[in-house]
Amino acid sequence: MSAQTVDQVFVLTKAWLMGHVPAAFQPIASAVLSVVPVLLVFPLLFAITTVLERKGLGRMQNRYGPNRVGPYGFLQPMADGIKSLTKEDIIPRSADAVVHFLAPLLLVLASFLAYAVLPIGRNMVITDLNSGVLFFFAIGSMIELAVFMAGWSSRSKYSLLGAMRAVAQMISYEIPLVLSAIVVIMAAGTLSTVAIVNMQAVYTHWLPHWFVFTPWGFCGFILFMIAATAESNRSPFDLPEGESEIIAGYYIEYSGFKFALFFLGEYLGMFATSGLAITLFLGGWSSPFSFLTWIPSYIWFFGKLLAFIAAFIWVRGTFPRLRMDQLMGLAWKFMLPMTLLNVFDVGIWHLMPHGILRWIVCTAFLILPAYLLSRTLNRKQKLQVRTYRYAD
Amino acid sequence: MGLRNLIHCVLALTLGFVGLAMLYLELGAQFVGFTQILVYVGAVAILSVFAIMMTRSAGPNAEPALSASWISGLVVAGATFAVLAWAIISSNITTAASDQPEVSVKAIGNALMHNYAVPLEIMGLLLTAALIGAVIVAMPQEKAQ
Amino acid sequence: MLGEGLLKGLAETARNFFGSYAGKDRLTTLQFPEERAPRIEASRNFPFLVYDGTDPEAGLRCVSCFICEKECPPQCIFIEKSTDKKPDAVGKQQFYPARFNIDVSVCMSCQICVEVCPFDAIKMDVAFEEASTGRFSDLLWPKQRLAKSNDYYHEIHPTEAATVDADLAAVRAKAAAPKPAPAAPPAAAPASGVAAEK
Repeated sequence: MSAQTVDQVFVLTKAWLMGHVPAAFQPIASAVLSVVPVLLVFPLLFAITTVLERKGLGRMQNRYGPNRVGPYGFLQPMADGIKSLTKEDIIPRSADAVVHFLAPLLLVLASFLAYAVLPIGRNMVITDLNSGVLFFFAIGSMIELAVFMAGWSSRSKYSLLGAMRAVAQMISYEIPLVLSAIVVIMAAGTLSTVAIVNMQAVYTHWLPHWFVFTPWGFCGFILFMIAATAESNRSPFDLPEGESEIIAGYYIEYSGFKFALFFLGEYLGMFATSGLAITLFLGGWSSPFSFLTWIPSYIWFFGKLLAFIAAFIWVRGTFPRLRMDQLMGLAWKFMLPMTLLNVFDVGIWHLMPHGILRWIVCTAFLILPAYLLSRTLNRKQKLQVRTYRYAD
Repeated sequence: MGLRNLIHCVLALTLGFVGLAMLYLELGAQFVGFTQILVYVGAVAILSVFAIMMTRSAGPNAEPALSASWISGLVVAGATFAVLAWAIISSNITTAASDQPEVSVKAIGNALMHNYAVPLEIMGLLLTAALIGAVIVAMPQEKAQ
Repeated sequence: MLGEGLLKGLAETARNFFGSYAGKDRLTTLQFPEERAPRIEASRNFPFLVYDGTDPEAGLRCVSCFICEKECPPQCIFIEKSTDKKPDAVGKQQFYPARFNIDVSVCMSCQICVEVCPFDAIKMDVAFEEASTGRFSDLLWPKQRLAKSNDYYHEIHPTEAATVDADLAAVRAKAAAPKPAPAAPPAAAPASGVAAEK
């Protein structure tokens, strides 16, 4: 079994299976065979992530995580799944039943659709769209609509407030998210995810051409990850769903399986944006060193995804939650200017001749404004008398 | 629209936007289709629901969903449809869609920067004006003593 | 430096995470039903009645004086006095409770009944795994369930039990000692002196 065969084992299996399907059913069978593994693998990853997160957070907080169900607690997601399936599904009497039902469905649908353009291995992408990255962001914007539907249909003040805050947060962070992905598109000259990964999978000496190893790529990567954390309402940006602030925010009136679907949607969104970050900045399925290319490509992709999950858990266990105005200030006053400067930076990089000078110029172009902008954020706010505009 | 609840109306409008995007995709215009979803569903629909939520009346409308003169509305809509359909059917459109070159994003970008640079800048000015106007409308006014 | 606080925080949690695998002293969790925290002596849960010796009926110290029933704030004690008498902890003939019920679902473990009991008959127990399925039937504890021996009291509260035993032994000794002869009345002289002053 050569390394090539192991790497392409899923592609070859699918080709073999397709050989047995009659010609009339080829398109639908091809679609089903591509989609079903994604539908199986990522929810399984979600289940593992929930238990890893609880155990990881526990260890960081000097305690064990769950350790009763199964060996070292790793069957805990089964217990959670059974619990959420057997709970009574309560719909508040004044709630809008149709929208209340459709909101988690739309959320999970949008989250799953985003995986269609992520290349999980060499030749392993569900569909190679010409404008793959644009598709990803378009689908991501549907998630905000689902959040709003969830909060509004519950007809409860807490859930409405949570939904408004969540939508405001997601909209404000969508701009830095897209702008920090644009630098990669500018450098690569294409919107297709497969082409971007292929462009990064070449090696000079033993280092790869990943975009994260350039000044603008590194800055774009950090900004993308901060925006991705905020987009999926994940600590430290989880004010809309923080349990001690607003109880559960926009999904406060959901119980049982729909609650689990919201969780699933949020984590799937987290994996999808991490997957996009891996694709755009970290070279997708390519290995970091040229002497390690014998390890299959999908192993590299999932290894990087697990590293991202570990980083998310680490960040969750470390930082306190940001207040709403601090969150918005960060998005509009720091990240937006930085992403715009990053776009200029990649232009300078592209136009300057190769050499050490362009590294120095581009790095300085980013570090200096970052320092100056962060000083504006650190300035003490002048406290004013609180006025209530709509209350008089 | 025949729905009682305003928010249901907006969601149905969103469904209409998505349908339009599907039409674009069917015709092979990937960039426009996905931008339609990104802009209309992701921004305009959310703007509409926020606007309705901020300014809505106390509860669901007490009036019936269909106004009294719905028959004349139906007649006008039918007449418009008939005129448009006659215009399209009787015109001379050749079905040469297959040999159209696929418009890539690069071509759109080039066109925007070279041929349509002035409209692009004017749109930018328009959006800036809209942004400033929104900030002014939302800013707290100084209380005149 | 920009971001220094963030990096220090991340380093701290990473230290905690890896340290919890390296040394067990970082994890202070006790795996509950298997390991338990050492109980301190003065902990308390619900009251119980003390009896001396081996017979719960004959050695019961309670003389049904009703003080604890009157002083209990949520009024969860119900006592019925017996009609005959039996010797109590110091040997005197006293009534005893024919019925002594405590409604444990109401009891708030305030220990007032223990503080006011003049006969050291009711003390605080420490057993807390008392969950039961009958909401009304299993939470009204009768005398038979409440009576526990003095040896058990020594097990759960050794120093308190030792003090109580010493006090009771002193009272028993005083009761058993022969009464001293009445002294010659020296009260006549001072009484007349007081009367003369008036």
